[in-house]
Amino acid sequence: MKLTFPHMGNVSILIEDLFGRLEIEYITPPKTSLRTVRLGVRYAPELACYPLKVTLGNFIEGFESGADAGIMVGGVGPCRFGYYAETQRRILNQIGYKVPMFILEPPLAHPLKFYRTFKKVAPKKTLRDLYRTIKVSWKKARYIEMIEKQVLQNRCYEKVKGSTTKARKKAINLLESAFLEKEIENAYQEATEIISSVPKEEFDAPKIGIVGEFFDLLEPFVNFDCEETLGNMGFYVEKSVYLTDWLSPGGKNLIAGHSADEVARAAKPYLSHFVGGDGRPTIGHTILYAKHNFDGVIQLMPFTCMPELIAKSILPKISKDLDIPILTLVFDEQTGKAGIQTRLEAFADLVTARRKKGFKPRREIIDWLDNKDQDLVEV
Amino acid sequence: MRIGLPRGLLYYKYHPYWETFLTEIGFEVVVSPPTTRKLLKEGLIHAESEICLPVKVFYGHVASLMEKVDAVFIPRMVSVEGKAYTCPKFLGLPDMIKAAFPNIRIFSPTINAKKGFKGYYRQLLLFARQFEASAFKAFSAIMAAEKNQKQYMAQLYKGIIPVKNNKIPSNGNPNIDSVKVGIAGHAYNIFDDYLSVGLIKKLTDRGASVVTPENVPQKTWNKYSSKLPKHLFWTYEKELIGASLYWIEERLIDGLIYVMSFACGPDSIVQYILEDEARKYNMPIMPLILDEHAGEAGIVTRVEAFLDMLRKKVYA
Ligand code: SF4
Ligand code: SF4
Repeated sequence: MKLTFPHMGNVSILIEDLFGRLEIEYITPPKTSLRTVRLGVRYAPELACYPLKVTLGNFIEGFESGADAGIMVGGVGPCRFGYYAETQRRILNQIGYKVPMFILEPPLAHPLKFYRTFKKVAPKKTLRDLYRTIKVSWKKARYIEMIEKQVLQNRCYEKVKGSTTKARKKAINLLESAFLEKEIENAYQEATEIISSVPKEEFDAPKIGIVGEFFDLLEPFVNFDCEETLGNMGFYVEKSVYLTDWLSPGGKNLIAGHSADEVARAAKPYLSHFVGGDGRPTIGHTILYAKHNFDGVIQLMPFTCMPELIAKSILPKISKDLDIPILTLVFDEQTGKAGIQTRLEAFADLVTARRKKGFKPRREIIDWLDNKDQDLVEV
Repeated sequence: MRIGLPRGLLYYKYHPYWETFLTEIGFEVVVSPPTTRKLLKEGLIHAESEICLPVKVFYGHVASLMEKVDAVFIPRMVSVEGKAYTCPKFLGLPDMIKAAFPNIRIFSPTINAKKGFKGYYRQLLLFARQFEASAFKAFSAIMAAEKNQKQYMAQLYKGIIPVKNNKIPSNGNPNIDSVKVGIAGHAYNIFDDYLSVGLIKKLTDRGASVVTPENVPQKTWNKYSSKLPKHLFWTYEKELIGASLYWIEERLIDGLIYVMSFACGPDSIVQYILEDEARKYNMPIMPLILDEHAGEAGIVTRVEAFLDMLRKKVYA
């Protein structure tokens, strides 16, 4: 049995590493491309959200390349994502791929189901093996994401256009091929070195925070690599979503810098309840970026994404209250690179002009926020 | 104190409950008028342009109450049964409204049945107690509300369809021999005459008899929706798909109209699941997607064509 799985940024590196260690046979689908999107769009429900379509395309391409089973994460709501796997299973069945789909339900919500799925795909391994393996793969995944973060923070300072992107490739490859724990540690040291030794020109770069929906933030094909575009325009970039942060939201030293609790607390004055997906983190991180004196925030979201629409309904108020420019970019199969580019440029002009006018973050706003731990809505 | 109830979204499901509860604890309840063109326009000004139609209209209803009341009642309906959520939009609704209308007071108890008594009755009791209702008064307000809601639902289960924006019940089955159409859609879409462009009346005027998910008791829809290999985690979609599968499997209808709002998250998935499940029964399903541009004429043509097709099939 050869398993295939959908792409999402660097996730394939993590899965390949994990499956390799657990001796699970797999086939990585071709990188997400226009063809992937076209396939997904052809067979998915027309009004489904974009990530469902793209990942459906990945599955089809994975089966075309010879895989005979699929694996996908499930969920318990409240957002559509929890039902992706089941919907995709039905669609794939309907169009003729009558192959097993393993749906990994969250282990805590469905311990038995999780165990059964695990036993089916890796019959020779025990839970203990799984635990040990995850520990190592986890380390690798975290280091890769830490490199990604470093790249975002450094790109705007590079002397030679494109040198950071080149260095990134080298650094990630290095980490990807490391196997033993020790090797991973060493590779990471070397990788950070590679990124930080890119020749730089110091200047006071304006800062942009990127918030929004998980898949759109992690998959550069879908967001037209707008992080890189922003870096090339001379912006210092941070983003709020990292895979490993998402998998362990309570952990210390999160890559995006704040634990889920802190983010929820920050969001509270404007959105006091979780709304599924990344709705509340989008609000929380926007407020935190404002507090950290960022010059602007960009929200990325798939068309009709529910949690992000809830956030988007509230962001104008935040933008006004905290005096921070916010841009929302919406992605689906009809989005074109040119349109995104134009909007990013316009936003960049706005942010730069605001800076030239000598904008200073207003202390009183931040104090007001800090003292405002009460809901706006009366309970 | 005057409290406003926007006539939109879950009002269409729980209005007997909410009205009774609020009146009993001593509020003067003001319900916004039925949806009109003007009201929708007002909603479009304040709401996010991509969001689903019923939420846009809800903004309009809130705006229309602004001058008339001291506060607006928008409970945060997280979950109404332990196993499932409502729609994510209901989880964020009070905050969305607050961001658009900062000057309105919003009363928003959080109802979360996943937390059992604590998340449900206790929230209502606490809410009532804030307004100086005695514990006894609060308790009896809840009892009265439950009673009225039950009576209302009992009527629905008898097959009565709430038309005229939910107020005057009428019988949805004027003609026993006619084609039977199931309308799978949210109460706030299909019972809002303006949003659904009078769909129910259009069908009954043309001699069809109509059933809606509201006419199907919870026990029944639960049974049928539980047959899905992966259970849905949205209560109102469970109701919708459970009722539809009940009609389809028991051959109670000749055709199904699936009414959904453009940009509706849950329905974009559930529509497909239903079609997939209904495939083997060969049931004609017509999707009807509502948005602010829906034209009267277009819908009439489609409804008539659908009914003609059903008649041919039934009487062939
Ligand atoms: S978060 Fe958005 S994109 Fe993801 S499943 Fe939910 S609605 Fe779809
Ligand atoms: S269920 Fe659909 S129509 Fe209803 S509020 Fe949610 S997204 Fe909108």
